[in-house]
Amino acid sequence: MYAGKRSRLIGLLYLAPALLFVLAFTAYPFVQMVWVSFNNWSLITPPSFVGLDNFEKAFSDRQFWTSLGFTFKYTILITPILMVGGYLVALLTATNTPLRRFTRAVVFVPVVIGLGASSLLWYWLFSTDFGLVNRFLLDLGIIENRVFWLGADADVSTWAVITSVVWKVLGFGMILFVAAIHAIPREISEATMVDGASAWQRTTRVILPLTLRTILLVTLVSVVGSLLAFDQFYLMTAGQPLNLTSTSVFYVYLNSFPYLKLGYGAALSLILAAIVLLFTVVQMLLTRRSHA
Amino acid sequence: MSGRASIERSAEMTADYLDGARTNAHSRRLPARAWAGRNRYLTAANCLALCTIMLLPIVLSVMASLKTTAEAAAVPPTYVPSGVSLDSYARLWSYQAGLPTYLGNSFGAAFLTIAFTLGLTIPAGYALARFPLPGKELLFVFLLLALIIPYQALLTPIFLMFAELKLTNSIVGLAIIHTAIQLPFSLYVMRNNFEAVPRELEEAAVVDGGNTWQVLTRIFLPSVIPAIITVALFAFITSWNEFLGALVMMNTDSSFTLPLILAAARTQTSIGGTDWGLLQAGVTISIIPCIGVYLLLQRYYVSGLLQGAVK
Repeated sequence: MYAGKRSRLIGLLYLAPALLFVLAFTAYPFVQMVWVSFNNWSLITPPSFVGLDNFEKAFSDRQFWTSLGFTFKYTILITPILMVGGYLVALLTATNTPLRRFTRAVVFVPVVIGLGASSLLWYWLFSTDFGLVNRFLLDLGIIENRVFWLGADADVSTWAVITSVVWKVLGFGMILFVAAIHAIPREISEATMVDGASAWQRTTRVILPLTLRTILLVTLVSVVGSLLAFDQFYLMTAGQPLNLTSTSVFYVYLNSFPYLKLGYGAALSLILAAIVLLFTVVQMLLTRRSHA
Repeated sequence: MSGRASIERSAEMTADYLDGARTNAHSRRLPARAWAGRNRYLTAANCLALCTIMLLPIVLSVMASLKTTAEAAAVPPTYVPSGVSLDSYARLWSYQAGLPTYLGNSFGAAFLTIAFTLGLTIPAGYALARFPLPGKELLFVFLLLALIIPYQALLTPIFLMFAELKLTNSIVGLAIIHTAIQLPFSLYVMRNNFEAVPRELEEAAVVDGGNTWQVLTRIFLPSVIPAIITVALFAFITSWNEFLGALVMMNTDSSFTLPLILAAARTQTSIGGTDWGLLQAGVTISIIPCIGVYLLLQRYYVSGLLQGAVK
């Protein structure tokens, strides 16, 4: 309906603000980050070109590997819990009865609150002296002495953070899984019903295979989110003990801002972005193929 | 998938999710039979246990915020406050630059983010859906650039740029970052919803001699109101809750947003220890708008998530 040169121009005019915005606040910063990563720069002194030094430095930087390793460990620990947990809740609540709809709405509540707020909430619950987790476990006789949940032992801290994040984001996977289960065509559900398949058979042979694409997608979204984890560790453990719970984003943040090693921070950012990109590309290929 | 098909699918899925309108009969039978029968009571018990676990931390936090100053600092802590006191809220009200300043910053950044996001993606969605642009696919991919590069990695160069533009410690600068985060999702939703508007509607308007701007404001805008609400809702939630960008950009006390001042209150000690009552009062206050808009706009919430993920 709109054709010709003039409407092409008008179209570009409508698109221009968004294009300029992305150019200024995403594309240009990215190019600048690449440039900064080849420099030694601390804001106070002018930048000096050092080639690939920052990248070489990263590979021999123990804390870089510790942070990257911890980020992967956190991701590998939390992803199965979130996926299996979210799927079980989805199976439990997929049917549209009032109680189950209510349960879905409730499970989703923590998803809408901020990760910062939820981390501060759990920071208090897990507090050694003032927190209700210790009080509750002592009252039940499960522990004999107060536990130092956060910042004393790396593994204990990690599980405390994982508990809080599972509480916070379980509903995200659930909502998408429920929608996928609802999307299973009526004929298929009826056919399995007529065949007299058991609940277990229906779940493993019908529901799971037919929602596999959603499971993969949610897994990837969740993995990317975990690889970029920051708020929960900054607020709950501050990377302690001994920076053993500082994630990659945390380490980039530390180098770029408090330490002002801008060149090094940029190089670390690039490495991190490349790792995340791998997962994002898989996700995009997956979504594209689905409606080709 | 075309915009219209995609919108219809996500609308159907939203309806299914919320009230099971379309597939009630079959979906009731399929998973219900899988878990029903003598397990019915088990299911109900599981649902109730799950609800308790999910709500308990929030309830405990709200209760902690209502303890008296002394009770909030008690060791061991009490589960239920012995009386209701607003002491913690009073201390939060006048903490540092004062709660009104921080609420103002948080709301200011959130509303600017909504305004920027809508201001950019409404015309862009219109252009992508209806105009013959040269290299349209490429332009669209470029606009989704933020999907490929996580903003966490871009904060250093953006900080340097904002330092020159005097946009650090400014809610305008913060809103720009939040807009950059939200842009891909918002643009995607907008374009699909514009594509889903029936062409007959605008043809009539064009025949009547309307120019593109009139077509946009009179025909399209009223038709994409659900998309506008969805985009605004997600922009608000993102901006209100975002932490790292604010942490990097806002360095003076008076420019802090709510999550930042609470993070500061976590460690900054007033009387020799963390003020737990004040902290939970802050958590409660920052949760209220999120749960409020969720309860009011649940339909748009679910539909936004499905549109973002179903693609």
